[in-house]
Amino acid sequence: MNPALIPEGAHPLAATIARLVWLLPLLPLAGFLINGTLAMLGAAKVGPADPSAGHDHAGDAHGHDAHGHDAHGHDSAHDDHHVPVRHKFAPIVSLIGPGVLVAAFGLAVACFFAMRGVSMEHPYIVTLYQWMPVGDLNLNATMLLDPLSMVMVLVITGVGMLIHVFSVGYMQDDPGYPRYFAYLNLFVFFMLMLVLGGSYPLLFVGWEGVGLCSYLLIGFWFSEKANADAGKKAFIVNRIGDFGFLVAMFLMFSNLGTLDIGGVAAKAVELPMGGAVITAIALFLFLGCTGKSAQIPLYVWLPDAMAGPTPVSALIHAATMVTAGVYLVARSSAIFSMAPVAQLTVALVGGLTAFFAATIGLKQWDIKKVLAYSTVSQLGYMFVGVGVGAYTAGVFHLVTHAFFKALLFLGSGSVIFVMHAAYHHTHNHDDAQDMRNMGGLKQYMPVTFYLMWTATLAIAGIPLFSGFFSKDEILGSVFARVSHSTLAESSLLGIPGGTVLLVVYGLGLASALMTAIYMTRMMLYTFHGPNRTGEAERAHLKEAPWIMTGPLVVLAVLAAFGGWLNVPELLSAIGPVGSLEHWLEPVVGAATLRTTLGAAPEMAHQTELLLVGTAIAIAMAGIAFAVIRLKPAALVPKKDYPAAEGIDRVLENKYFVDEGYDAAFVRPTVGVSRAVLWKGVDAGIIDGLFVNGSALLMRAFGWMGSQLQTGQLGTYAWVLLIGAITILGAFTLR
Amino acid sequence: MQPNQFHSLVYEFAFYFFGLTAIASAIAFVTRKSPVAAAMWLVNVMFCLAGLYVMLDAQFIATMQVLVYTGAIMVVFLFVIMLLNLGHPSDLADARGKWGYIMALFVGLALLAEVMVLNRSNAIERLIPPDLAAKAAAAAAAPLAGGIIGPVAAPLFKEYLLAFELTSVLLLAAIVGAVVLGKRRTNAR
Amino acid sequence: MLGEALALSAVLFTIGVIGVLTRRNAIIIFMCVELMLNAVNLSFVALSKVYGATGQVFVVFTMTVAAAEAAVGLAIIIAIFRHQRSVNLQNINLLKG
Repeated sequence: MNPALIPEGAHPLAATIARLVWLLPLLPLAGFLINGTLAMLGAAKVGPADPSAGHDHAGDAHGHDAHGHDAHGHDSAHDDHHVPVRHKFAPIVSLIGPGVLVAAFGLAVACFFAMRGVSMEHPYIVTLYQWMPVGDLNLNATMLLDPLSMVMVLVITGVGMLIHVFSVGYMQDDPGYPRYFAYLNLFVFFMLMLVLGGSYPLLFVGWEGVGLCSYLLIGFWFSEKANADAGKKAFIVNRIGDFGFLVAMFLMFSNLGTLDIGGVAAKAVELPMGGAVITAIALFLFLGCTGKSAQIPLYVWLPDAMAGPTPVSALIHAATMVTAGVYLVARSSAIFSMAPVAQLTVALVGGLTAFFAATIGLKQWDIKKVLAYSTVSQLGYMFVGVGVGAYTAGVFHLVTHAFFKALLFLGSGSVIFVMHAAYHHTHNHDDAQDMRNMGGLKQYMPVTFYLMWTATLAIAGIPLFSGFFSKDEILGSVFARVSHSTLAESSLLGIPGGTVLLVVYGLGLASALMTAIYMTRMMLYTFHGPNRTGEAERAHLKEAPWIMTGPLVVLAVLAAFGGWLNVPELLSAIGPVGSLEHWLEPVVGAATLRTTLGAAPEMAHQTELLLVGTAIAIAMAGIAFAVIRLKPAALVPKKDYPAAEGIDRVLENKYFVDEGYDAAFVRPTVGVSRAVLWKGVDAGIIDGLFVNGSALLMRAFGWMGSQLQTGQLGTYAWVLLIGAITILGAFTLR
Repeated sequence: MQPNQFHSLVYEFAFYFFGLTAIASAIAFVTRKSPVAAAMWLVNVMFCLAGLYVMLDAQFIATMQVLVYTGAIMVVFLFVIMLLNLGHPSDLADARGKWGYIMALFVGLALLAEVMVLNRSNAIERLIPPDLAAKAAAAAAAPLAGGIIGPVAAPLFKEYLLAFELTSVLLLAAIVGAVVLGKRRTNAR
Repeated sequence: MLGEALALSAVLFTIGVIGVLTRRNAIIIFMCVELMLNAVNLSFVALSKVYGATGQVFVVFTMTVAAAEAAVGLAIIIAIFRHQRSVNLQNINLLKG
């Protein structure tokens, strides 16, 4: 770790604190190393792998604690597979884990202000060292700091810091406490590598690294098979997407001759517009995005990823890692803007995912599953945004979503924490995550209640909350592209681009309606109506500690006012218009203009008002519908609840997509592997033909050879002589 | 008739005399039934060869031939034959029958024909790399230093020193092997 | 004289080969091998007249190896004779695999 800093020309940032940009990922890495060491030092004493420690039900010894273990399958028995004793290194880990994030966030803010002071016409590139000089490929380890990565760094370190602090409370009594923070720090390191990487391979390193951390953290409580399986599922599904990313990189290198982000962008715009190569690159990149960002058809891992600790869901599976795909598309805006067909695909897949996931979200009972499908849906929104070339809108939604979805997840984490603690006190083994077992929590956890309503209003799109601005901007951009853009001029599978965009717009509106409904439903069932937790448990319901609600307050402020980052022109009265748009202009401006045929997106004032009015009306209608139709009072606890039927059953079982994938891909693969690869190839050809067969062949040769061995010296002499004569004959005839 | 020519004639006569005697003795050697007689004919072959070595300017080798082969190796053979007392008829009737003779004769003639063809076709010259041949020819043309032993001894102790030392190891191994094999195992049974 | 010497060497070698192929007495076969070695020695010596004395060095080596071979070979024959009361190779097939 001796980064020999090579100043890249005389970039104005080189003279500021931003020259320490390499320190940003290094801080969490240091945290990972320290926490990881502590985890290994302490692992000998306690850990989930230790069976004697894991199933200690010695009653009163752990009567006092509240703990963060929320990952139980719906019907699985609740084993308290951890000891209630705090980890011996807990204090120092609590200091280092969030501490490095605080330092990184401070540095990021300093870089941000430094960047505000200079003109960012060109990205600031820091070359650390030569990484891979292989033939024509000469890759350096470079850090790329430009407005886009700055936004991402601020989100990652900022939201990440808050979630780290929350985790201190949430995970306080977990035996794997240092391990948890080691993973979390490592995740932040890789995520920062992802957004700061100056070339696609370096970005890919971060991309794979966050996938690894996601796997590790989903399966954090790996002693339960369901959790380990969920981790594996996430990892394997992501591999399919990574294959796409790799192919895209190969195509880039073979066609463009470079893998630097700037170099690729410069070469990409020289290719023919909408050509096969550029479209293939864009589509393969997007395949990578569908894996990492949980889009159709690879979204199935994200709901299962809820098996991890709730702060992990907030950080990785809502705020940062899953938005990496959105970042990648925005980062590759030059490529996508040259491939309208790919853009239409992105937008359509995004719209479909938003709609599809929202319908599933309507009928989930697990509070985290609701949020998970909501995340998939909102990611779809972001892809609609970046898909239609409104990169600013997509990134804007990414930021606001990071705020309100992190808040929702952490809030649900508080709820689960409290529910679990209550059940733990009474040794009840009910499901602490099922909304049917909650209800009326408003009076027990007022702070969480108000904060989560803030986030709900934000995600539903109620005016002046952050989600309203970002969602509206995406929908507005889609509508604006229908008439005058490269997208409208191209077509997808024979359908004109304009029609596709109208469909996407419709899907967006429908998902907005459903978002309002299912979020209100979640709030009603969780916080309103009578409490269904149980008589004995009720006494133990109380607000979570301040170390957990504190970050929630900060996030609530951001969720409420995050919209001011990019105020639309229509509302110029309330603040400066389009700050984020101006901020990102050097990065994505050219690509956006290319999509809109060089013109700034302009809509008639009435049209814009109509669109905004529709969006507001839909959000209000959704909330109103949910409030009127749903009756929390009539709900019964999970164990008394009848099995769902009809369309409810289909939605509750997520359209049976997992089962379908199982039947279509998993079981044929397993079947073919068993019948052909194992029984046929392995046992038959490899074992039978090659291994035993070669042995048999050698034995046959050996038998033939042994027949020559008469033991008679005369025979040997004859054979020897005939051989000599043959060889000499060869010489003679030459 | 010039003295040179006379000298050459005597030389040629001697050469053919030794050669033909060797062939005749060799044929006699292979056809004798008695091992002792065969051994004596073989000794005769070796003497003839020693004579030929002298005529081919390899006097040292000729001496060695007489001392080592005839004097040591063949004596050991005779000694073993007499030790084992291989005189009785069952051991003497050792030929392989008519077809064995015919086949052996045929194969032998084939071998001989091949070797002759190779000799005639200058195969040896073709097998030797030209630069090596030139070097060897220059060495052969150089005046002999150190008498008749020097030219043999010099390469033996310079270029082929390693082989020479290895041969001594081989001899040691042979001694040990012979002792082990020849020892009567009294305690084994 | 080189051609004649090599021809003589070939003839002697062939006689040795025929002896090996036709006789069954181990000692006589052994002596046939000695004859073949001598035939080769003759060609070495003959060629050394043209190509320098190195050929004679090889003859020295051959003799040494022959001496070693005689020592070990005869010891083996004695051992076999002790065991089988015969040196007829037809009775000996210990090498059969």
